[in-house]
Amino acid sequence: MNTPPSHERDIESSAIEFDHASFRLNGRTLLQDLVLSVKQGETLVLLGRSGSGKTTTLKLINRLLLPSAGDVRVNGRRTAEWDPIRLRRGIGYVIQDGGLFPHFTVERNIALVPRIENWPQACIEARVRELLATVGLNQELASRYPSQLSGGQRQRVGVARALAADPPILILDEAFGALDPITRSEMQKEFRALQQRMRKAVIFVTHDLREALLLADRIALMEEGRLIVDLPAAEFSRSQHPLVRAYVEAFSSFPNPD
Amino acid sequence: MNFLQFMMANRQQVLDLTLEHMTLAGVATFLAALVGIPLGILITRVPQLSKPVLGGANIIQTIPSLALFGFLLPAPWIGERGSRLAILALALYALLPLIRNTYAGIRSVDPAVVEAGRAMGLTDRQLLFQVELPLASGVIVAGLRIAAVLSIGLATIAAAIGAGGLGEFIFRGLAMVNNQVILAGAVPAALLALFADFVLGRLERRLGSLRSKS
Repeated sequence: MNTPPSHERDIESSAIEFDHASFRLNGRTLLQDLVLSVKQGETLVLLGRSGSGKTTTLKLINRLLLPSAGDVRVNGRRTAEWDPIRLRRGIGYVIQDGGLFPHFTVERNIALVPRIENWPQACIEARVRELLATVGLNQELASRYPSQLSGGQRQRVGVARALAADPPILILDEAFGALDPITRSEMQKEFRALQQRMRKAVIFVTHDLREALLLADRIALMEEGRLIVDLPAAEFSRSQHPLVRAYVEAFSSFPNPD
Repeated sequence: MNFLQFMMANRQQVLDLTLEHMTLAGVATFLAALVGIPLGILITRVPQLSKPVLGGANIIQTIPSLALFGFLLPAPWIGERGSRLAILALALYALLPLIRNTYAGIRSVDPAVVEAGRAMGLTDRQLLFQVELPLASGVIVAGLRIAAVLSIGLATIAAAIGAGGLGEFIFRGLAMVNNQVILAGAVPAALLALFADFVLGRLERRLGSLRSKS
């Protein structure tokens, strides 16, 4: 492998690593020369506008896309070398509004990966009960269908489903984007507490600066497929980069900019 | 003799022809589903095939039914018996709604749900059988319903090539200029079609509700 020497030291400790990764589709560059890594236990928030390449970045991690140039490594191994099914079952994935299967009950939604991994039935049932408690849902909801839940409950089920097989990596794409401000704030706080216990490698995509500041260890700002800055969350707001300034000002010019 | 008296006097024959009619239409619809549903799935996986397959099924549909019977007559084995020929012709007509609805049903499954499934590590086969087909089943059964009603109606013409069915009464009545005899074929055929429509319609609504189960 032609890994630049500067990266070799990080490979062991990085759960996810982008090594000069680019992605092009139909002649358009959606992601340009991304260098970024996330360690186990760390929460990285990808911040940026729509079309800035955040979702493309996530899809490169679970091999829904393969890089056109450069490498994306998960646990030190290039995604192209992974069996995509094995890779994805080790990565929890949460999307806006849960992305739940409408024809499955809450229980079957949560048990999706354990079931296809052929866990014993008793283990599956115990795990579902445990997860419902973890995400703060009543056990009685297990037999409901997604359309019978509120938006916040669906989102909690989405988080529980992603955690079901205890994957070391969690990726969330605008996970709380469809929620009302109060539920959203609750979910953010609970997720932060959850992550402090779980210590997974988390990549969280959002366009909401306050959400980023609340959840992140590090914030990576993206614009037009490029990484603009990658800073510890505490330093982000102090950055003098004009794009960071624009972001900070957009969020401070209104008392409640949701 | 009025219509009801005619039906009562000939009830055994009415019953036999109705059963024959159901067999023709039923076997044809079943065969069409056996071929049409997998073809519909195939063209969601190989999009380049969707135009030729749907186009081909469309062209078959435009061939006048009597002409299609005529074209198939010289075929070996098939042409030997009127019923074989009729079943093949009816199945060919029933193909289009089944292919089209299977294709449309799978394509209309919420892409976010499919992508979530893929991202969770479902294999292509698991995605098809656990997510796409269950969520498309309402639309697929709607296609089955169209195919069944179409086959029951068209099967009346099968009598023209000696395949039997309720068309026997209709053709006989036409030759005799006797409306009672025509009705003895037309009314049970219409009732059969309504019955199939009703039963499959209920199934369709039940499966359709999987998309937003409550």
